Amino acid sequence: MKEITQEVYLKWYEDMLFWRKFEDKLAAVYIQQKVRGFLHLYNGQEAVLAGSLHAMELGKDRMITAYRNHVQPIGMGVDPRKVMAELYGKVTGTSKGMGGSMHIFSKEHGFFGGHGIVGGQIPLGAGMAFADKYFKRDAVTLCYMGDGAVRQGSLHETFNLAMLWQLPVVFICENNGYAMGTSVERTAHTTDIYKLGLGYEMPCGAVDGMDPAVVAQEVYTAVERARSGGGPTFLEMKTYRYRGHSMSDAQHYRTKEEVEEYKKIDPITQVKEHLLENGFATKDEIKEIDRRVKSFVSECEKFAEESDYPPVEQLYNTVYEQQDYPFLPHKL
Amino acid sequence: MRTIQFREAIAEAMSEEMRRDETIYLMGEEVAEYNGAYKASKGMLDEFGPDRVLDTPISELGFAGIGVGSAMLGNRPIIEFMTFNFSLVGIDQIINNAAKMRQMSGGQFNIPMVFRGPTASAGQLAATHSQAFESWYANCPGLKVIVPSNPYDAKGLLKAAIRDDDPVIFMESEQMYGDKGEVPDGEYLLPIGIADIKRAGDDVTIVSFGKIIKEAYKAADELAKEGISCEVIDLRTVRPMDHKTILDSVKKTNRLVILEEAWPFGNVATEITYQVQNQAFDYLDAPIVKINTADTPAPYSPVLLAEWLPNAQDVIKAVKKVLYKD
Repeated sequence: MKEITQEVYLKWYEDMLFWRKFEDKLAAVYIQQKVRGFLHLYNGQEAVLAGSLHAMELGKDRMITAYRNHVQPIGMGVDPRKVMAELYGKVTGTSKGMGGSMHIFSKEHGFFGGHGIVGGQIPLGAGMAFADKYFKRDAVTLCYMGDGAVRQGSLHETFNLAMLWQLPVVFICENNGYAMGTSVERTAHTTDIYKLGLGYEMPCGAVDGMDPAVVAQEVYTAVERARSGGGPTFLEMKTYRYRGHSMSDAQHYRTKEEVEEYKKIDPITQVKEHLLENGFATKDEIKEIDRRVKSFVSECEKFAEESDYPPVEQLYNTVYEQQDYPFLPHKL
Repeated sequence: MRTIQFREAIAEAMSEEMRRDETIYLMGEEVAEYNGAYKASKGMLDEFGPDRVLDTPISELGFAGIGVGSAMLGNRPIIEFMTFNFSLVGIDQIINNAAKMRQMSGGQFNIPMVFRGPTASAGQLAATHSQAFESWYANCPGLKVIVPSNPYDAKGLLKAAIRDDDPVIFMESEQMYGDKGEVPDGEYLLPIGIADIKRAGDDVTIVSFGKIIKEAYKAADELAKEGISCEVIDLRTVRPMDHKTILDSVKKTNRLVILEEAWPFGNVATEITYQVQNQAFDYLDAPIVKINTADTPAPYSPVLLAEWLPNAQDVIKAVKKVLYKD
């Protein structure tokens, strides 16, 4: 794996802080009703993404996840202004405003969504790996899901097929403890999610998902196993989200004390302390990063605000590849 | 011209396209070593090998989704359901992923793939194995739905479906695989979305599709003996629907009977009825009649099944009604 240097820690700090502040901004504009629909924030889980990106080969490897998906494409290289514009429903958005919060895509940067049905993306991830194996491409797919998704049949059918065909895919469960408002303990007899791999003899394990360095090492091992023809891996990232499942979640299912406990091991705080303790950055340098992040988030908001809404004909020209498809009229 | 079976037409279409385009593969239950549950992929494993003709476990949701995912990265999959009754456990991947991927990605990811297999009843298989889902799939924007009724149409339309850049639902019938028909030696394709006038006539228009259209032919033969001339239109494609061919015919005959093997509520015949009353109201000399299955799950008992399924006598009765000859 690429060495985890001072520069990597600095990048992790700036990236993760940007993701956090970007989504804080989304929450703010959501309350102002500029962004509508559902809004699921990644707040607290950033180390999983930061560590994974370090282990991947960007430009070659691929990523797919569920609907908690605003910051992954940014990590993969997508212009954050376009992600913000997508949430505003603007034509400059990643999906030209057709997908919204839950459906971010970037073919150019290897980000395959952004999927709204829990567990629906799991077979897709295996299918992407199937195509890469079919065409003998040197690429690995990282397929993410939440702790709720692992109880879907799609996971089990896909695990069986991915092992049968030894597909180059890494399945990563981001276990933040709650499927919406229902804790892992309340929905399953076996709560060690990674053990679901055992029934398929898939290499599997649990990982501290709050530390990007730990995540990077474990994901790298899995990615290289897949790349070298060793088939899939299933990793359970133990992580936490501070905000609710979506913006309408009153969070009666957990205590404030529990949230505070997790904030002590917040990934951004951990990386910041690492920077300061090792003399990788001074407090002033940290402040400069914070200022840069704030400024870029504002730029994203400005871009989204000032962009145009899509033209009405876009309702029709995105559905079929066939451009003269005869849609039925829906009103006079 | 040579005569081949429907199942051979299906295998020929897939094989010809797979020889032409190496991105195409066939995946499904029993498609490889067993040569297809209904022998519609006979010989294909031998020709194309196990990397392109793949047997799956009984995991429709899993392999339907793997098909969609691979279509996002350059494959043109053919996913076979042993019957579309089994597609229900994989329908999330068809409706939410195959049909919507292009739209929700703002046009970035089209899904060039075919889901195919038999539809509707096939003898005394009772409630879970006798269902027609044409109208369900045709309801969903993003999909195209093709239901051929003979080997010639099946081959030309399946080749077109495989080459199409959008997801296509291609529906066959267990009761058609043994049907024989003339199919030319050379390559040909048929256009998606174009109906075919199977019998020209003047007195009444009968619109149908799929295997049940054979009941319309029988009815037309009987009615011809009484001097009643039926025009039988085979839709061939349900979505998009060829309204023009239907309307042109109705404007000529002024009477319409629709024969569809499906539950009567909100089916393909309902849609045709709406379109015709909306666009040819002044041409109609009688109310349109729909003939469908009973509004119940399919029964097992032969007597009840015969009552449940539409047949030629039902068509004859309907034609006489719209001609005010009953």
